[in-house]
Amino acid sequence: MNLNEYHREEGKKLLTRRYFFKECGMGLGALALASLLRGTDAGAAPAVNRMDPLGPRSPQFAPKAKRVIYLFQAGGPSQLDMFNYRPALEKYDGHPIPAEFVKNQRYAFIKPDAALFASQFKFAKHGRCGTVLSEVQPHLAEVVDDIAVINSMTTVAFNHAPGQIFMNTGATQFGRPSMGAWVTYGLGSVARDLPGFVVLSSAGGTSGGAGNWGAGFLPTVYQGVPFRRSGDPILYLANPPGITPQMQRRSLDALKALNQERLDVVGDPEISTRINSFEMAYRMQTSAPELMDITKESKETLEMYGAEPGKSSFANNCLLARRLVERGVRFVQLFHEAWDHHSDVTGNVRKECGLTDKPCAALIKDLKQRGLLEDTLVIWGGEFGRTPMVETNKEAGRSMGRDHHPQAFTMWLAGGGVKPGLTLGKTDEFGFNITEDPVPVHDLQATILYLLGFDHTKLTYHFQGRDFRLTDVEGEVVKKLLA
Amino acid sequence: MPQYFRKRINYAGWASDLRSSYPSMHRLGVLFLTVLCSAAASAFGAPVVPAAGVSTSKGKVDFVRDIQPMISGKCLSCHGPRKQEGHLRWDNKESALTGGEHGPNIIPGNSGKSRLIQLVTSTNDDDIMPQKGDPLTDAQVSVLRAWIDQGANWPASASVEIVDPRKHWAFKAPVRPAPPSVKNKKWVRNPIDDFVLAKLEEEKLSPSPEADRATLLRRVSLDLTGLPPTIEEVQEFVNDRSPDAYKRQVERLLASPHYGECWARHWLDVAHYADSNGYEKDLTRSIWPYRDWVINAYNENMPFDQFAIDQLAGDMLPNATPEEKAATGFLRNSMLNEEGGIDPEQFRIQGIIERMDVLGKSFLGLTINCCQCHNHKYDPISQKEYYQLFAFLNNDDEPAMEIPDKKTEAARDGIRDTIAKMEDEMLTKTPGIAGKMEAWEKKMAGVKRDWTVLDPSAFYGSVGTKFNKQDDGSLLATGSNPPFSEYSVTCKTKLKGITAFRLEALPDPNLPYNGPGRAENGNFVLSEFSVQAGTNKVVLTNATADFSQAGFSVAAAIDGIITNKIGWAVEDLPGRRNRYRQAVFETVTPVGDGNEITLKFALNQSYGSEHTIGRFRISASTGDRPVQADPLSPHGREILAIARANRTAAQERELFNFYRVSDPELAEANNKIDDEQGKWPTAPTTLVLQARAEPRETHIFKRGDWQKQGELVTPGVPSILHPLPPGQPLNRLTLAKWLVDKKNPTLARVIVNRIWQEYFGRGIVVTSEDFGTQGDKPTHPKLLDWLATEFMNSRWDVKHIQRLIAESATYRQSSVITPQMWERDQYNSLLARGPRVRVDAEIIRDIALSAGGLLDLKVGGPSVYPPIPDGVLTLGYGAPMAWKTKADDRYRRGMYTFAKRSVPYPSLQVFDAPTGESPCTRRIRSNTPLQALTTLNDPVYVEAAQAMAMRVWKNGGKDEKSRINYAFELCTGRQPGPSEVATISSLLNDESDYFENSTVRAVKVASHDPKNPPEDVNLHKVAAWTMVSRVLLNMDETITKE
Repeated sequence: MNLNEYHREEGKKLLTRRYFFKECGMGLGALALASLLRGTDAGAAPAVNRMDPLGPRSPQFAPKAKRVIYLFQAGGPSQLDMFNYRPALEKYDGHPIPAEFVKNQRYAFIKPDAALFASQFKFAKHGRCGTVLSEVQPHLAEVVDDIAVINSMTTVAFNHAPGQIFMNTGATQFGRPSMGAWVTYGLGSVARDLPGFVVLSSAGGTSGGAGNWGAGFLPTVYQGVPFRRSGDPILYLANPPGITPQMQRRSLDALKALNQERLDVVGDPEISTRINSFEMAYRMQTSAPELMDITKESKETLEMYGAEPGKSSFANNCLLARRLVERGVRFVQLFHEAWDHHSDVTGNVRKECGLTDKPCAALIKDLKQRGLLEDTLVIWGGEFGRTPMVETNKEAGRSMGRDHHPQAFTMWLAGGGVKPGLTLGKTDEFGFNITEDPVPVHDLQATILYLLGFDHTKLTYHFQGRDFRLTDVEGEVVKKLLA
Repeated sequence: MPQYFRKRINYAGWASDLRSSYPSMHRLGVLFLTVLCSAAASAFGAPVVPAAGVSTSKGKVDFVRDIQPMISGKCLSCHGPRKQEGHLRWDNKESALTGGEHGPNIIPGNSGKSRLIQLVTSTNDDDIMPQKGDPLTDAQVSVLRAWIDQGANWPASASVEIVDPRKHWAFKAPVRPAPPSVKNKKWVRNPIDDFVLAKLEEEKLSPSPEADRATLLRRVSLDLTGLPPTIEEVQEFVNDRSPDAYKRQVERLLASPHYGECWARHWLDVAHYADSNGYEKDLTRSIWPYRDWVINAYNENMPFDQFAIDQLAGDMLPNATPEEKAATGFLRNSMLNEEGGIDPEQFRIQGIIERMDVLGKSFLGLTINCCQCHNHKYDPISQKEYYQLFAFLNNDDEPAMEIPDKKTEAARDGIRDTIAKMEDEMLTKTPGIAGKMEAWEKKMAGVKRDWTVLDPSAFYGSVGTKFNKQDDGSLLATGSNPPFSEYSVTCKTKLKGITAFRLEALPDPNLPYNGPGRAENGNFVLSEFSVQAGTNKVVLTNATADFSQAGFSVAAAIDGIITNKIGWAVEDLPGRRNRYRQAVFETVTPVGDGNEITLKFALNQSYGSEHTIGRFRISASTGDRPVQADPLSPHGREILAIARANRTAAQERELFNFYRVSDPELAEANNKIDDEQGKWPTAPTTLVLQARAEPRETHIFKRGDWQKQGELVTPGVPSILHPLPPGQPLNRLTLAKWLVDKKNPTLARVIVNRIWQEYFGRGIVVTSEDFGTQGDKPTHPKLLDWLATEFMNSRWDVKHIQRLIAESATYRQSSVITPQMWERDQYNSLLARGPRVRVDAEIIRDIALSAGGLLDLKVGGPSVYPPIPDGVLTLGYGAPMAWKTKADDRYRRGMYTFAKRSVPYPSLQVFDAPTGESPCTRRIRSNTPLQALTTLNDPVYVEAAQAMAMRVWKNGGKDEKSRINYAFELCTGRQPGPSEVATISSLLNDESDYFENSTVRAVKVASHDPKNPPEDVNLHKVAAWTMVSRVLLNMDETITKE
């Protein structure tokens, strides 16, 4: 039985038995309501309760990771300037790439005979594991023994929107549920007063737009909720002008009474779900601002992330990600759309690493010191990588950049059952093609679901005549990545 | 045919984890032809030995108890519903006993000779079964032996049934059933009720009583118009005791212009309408005239067959009207990727794939998109058939066409007439004009035109522009539309002594307003035109053009400055734009010595805002100097070539137009004509289809990959459906006519089912997008067929079907759910009660605004920009689009909200409005805290509450009781009960007390513009009423159709 059918069956049982014989028959008393709203991991059945579709559920087998923080580096960071050191590029810098590499490969902007372009950065081995990083990631170098670098990621899309959608939904066309939606559908959420899937963004808006965190054909409740950079973190969180929390409470009490009365007359359990929704909304009004208030974090913590209260930044978002998972949010996804370096890849990579390197490393350290890293999966990466060839284009004012490169790029994972200190995969001398351990996107997705306790072929949803899943019809768990 | 011979199973006693699994398409049917030889006595006569550790009663093996669980655990993952390795499955008795491609596995009565036993006991890794997992234990093998030796008894009830998908109900055309007879004849209002009641009586259930009148009118108003009834409408209906009172309400609502809006919106969900192109750039598109067309079609009750034909092929109808062309916007709702650096062909094809999905879901009710990569796994449709359908849709240009409304058209006619009169006057009143024109014609005939088109051998657009080479040697720019670009074009030629190059800018239907440029209005600015012959720069001089826009002379294109905003541009007065233009540049010294040389042209276009050339062609001349641009267009040349006496009046006039602008003596009169031409009103454009003269070739894409072309296919339709009409051209129009053929088994069912779904919250077939073998079975198959045949017999009369449903007793039932009913039928599939469904996102907004008396009921027109919270638009890529809220935009119906695909409007998305990324045949209805926050705190809803409070205060009567009644009625259409009144009264009094002591808060709460609060009211009271109104607007009942 697939999960959604199971949910349906279980939901039906729950509604028929519990709802009518206990709550409806007796009227929905305070006690019953409290039990409906209770949110704990203990005794949670892996069933979507129609009245509480975000209730926590167990996965299919014992998970290594219970929650995910996905640091999406949109635009396509240059793996060749950050991770994948290719000395041959220095040797052949300025020479056209040999034709046998390029073959019939299509490019977004550059001509196929563009010259090779060496990284301007120094690379060195770090940590006990000896993982190679370039000089622009000094902070990541400090936690390199806790992360697994994959230098052999490969994708099928070489334009941003399809690439991001593919990485996040497993399909290059729009309309499928995002990874966060699948995970929240599979596991529900422990957070009872925050959304189960939260999206935080810094830098530009994403090419893939809302599809990157959409629910697709899954119920809307599993969609990522984008937190805003300023003002209310959640849209329409604050009461309208002039309305105090006490007034809001009075209104909601009256509303509950009116809804309850209608429920007694028409008997539609949807009404009790609505009562539940308003109560959770009310709790969110308190919990979300509390979550966003980082002033109570210690000075050391703020310093470690480089976070500043009241600011919107990738650093603040990393700190918020930790606060969110601490509060039981299942899936937190950060979008930092800033890596599309068609020009001045050297200067731009230095700049973006300056904004992101420290907070990424701080997040790993912080999760670790709080005992959260072992069951929190942290993912870092973009939708594709960048070419070993230079991009120069006077009309567009571009020079010394790199074009999109789907064949081989780099991501890293940490925590949640991932083998720490690993460097997986090899590429050819120019970093053009993968020569060892390719990790296609669907394999990465299968592995992520595996770490969360799911067989990726069995986390499915029946829609339009077939069982859909995150990995479409592909995907193999990458065993080498597992601790 | 055999390739489709796939099977569907019904489950009989197999482990529950199989219930969700489905058969793959491996063929089985033919394998059943072999009849198993009878259970011959075993030569060895093996004795029955009950296995140790297995409890068999008196040594007798029971298949269901002893064998079936073993098979479920060991065999079915490879020989079951999902896979049938070796064409064998172990959940079907016939297949298991007959055997697969290796022949029989079981000789009943003789385990020793049974292949099955040999396999499960084999020591050879290649042979042993199961191939995956642990081998059978000795005990298990013993039981298996015993079962075979006892005769391999397998009760039929423990065998799944295998069904041929070609016999699936939905592939047979509906036959009109006679309504069944029922006991409670009094309840029946029309045949719908016969079908529903027959089933209820069969189930020993009774229908619910009719809903009370207030509820019923609100229900039918929301269903037919998406608007709640006014208090007056409810009162009128409640007090109307005439027998046809309800019928007249239905007629009133069907005649409302809002009926068309309401039902257009359902259709637009399927068409996946949106106002932006999707993908990263997600630029604005103009396609709202298509939306208007759909609204009008519903309001005029256009027969559905015509509705379908117009949308699929309106442009191909004889003498197609602008409206019929606008209808083809249906398929243009596919997304368009304009991201820098894309391959445009990839996304053109992706667009067709989307259109196929729309075609499948909207009209056929089939998930044909499953066949993009392989034959359909469940339904009898092959990949080849998918691409044959694809071939019908693969042959179009994709213009944005101007759709002038009648007023604009009349104004244009007026201008044309005035100018014609002015020209006539010129002709009659200018002395000697006939002679001068004759001389001009002679001169024109003598213009040198010995141009050789240079064939581009390589071409490249910077910043991601890609080109399609056309048969005439021109290049059509496609894909990414960057603000500026450099085109480089390489040509080889053996011409000797080139004296000039000509650049032609050509119109094309795929460009904005036909081009020839790619700017929003079809213009371009050529900053610099330069040529290199081999390694030498060619110096150019004497630039001429047939037309240069004021301030953008062609001379600027060879001024040596590449990156400035000055250059050659071609925008003429409105109504005279978007035409063929040419520029000619002489070489200072002749180029070419007769040997092949390489010419590299660079076209720099640095103006910005997409002012690049859309389609162009380069030619060379070796003629004597001066070589100049031809003042006549190619079309003008054609006319000139016709002998004067043979020209039509229109041709003569067109030629005269070329002449008069060339004659400086006519300058004054020309200016007057230009003044008149300047009044030309522009019209909105809309995306349409335009069939290409030469169809494209369509190939199967192997594994769905557009870069892996397989077999070439011709247009065709799936063989499981009815055949194409014979002798018709294989084009979109024929496809459309085929679709609405009454022989089509799915169309009428699919459409009536979706209509039904909007009334009852779920269809007779719940999976309204999928009538294939994986879809849900109809809950009332005969009712579905009756409605489908009724629909066709009524000449596809949509309002007729609406009437039947809306007037049925089934629909008019109360929606109250009793615990017994809930136990019995949670989803109301038996229809023993009326529908109770939360209304759609747009309607939630409409209800709030109408309760506040704010709703603007204007029908149709461009999309609007109601206020959107700060920061929402920045979630999309790039600079946020301009979202300019005009005064008129604030209170329009939700369906007119600008639909930007990458950034959906928050308060609509939160209530499950689709995002326009794929066709949606039925919406999800979720119920979440974010929805609660929206209706509580979104300024639109707050404003509605404030306006409602004012209304209640002013119009709700004099005392609290009557005001409470009025407020409650505004939201629900009914009077509140005593305890509801008590709850409201208590809140009202608490808030009144509170505001008495807080004027500042009262002003803030009661007025959305606290600096200008309303003057003639008691704001303390209105503030309290605002709090009450806000609560009432948030009630479940307010946003629910009961």
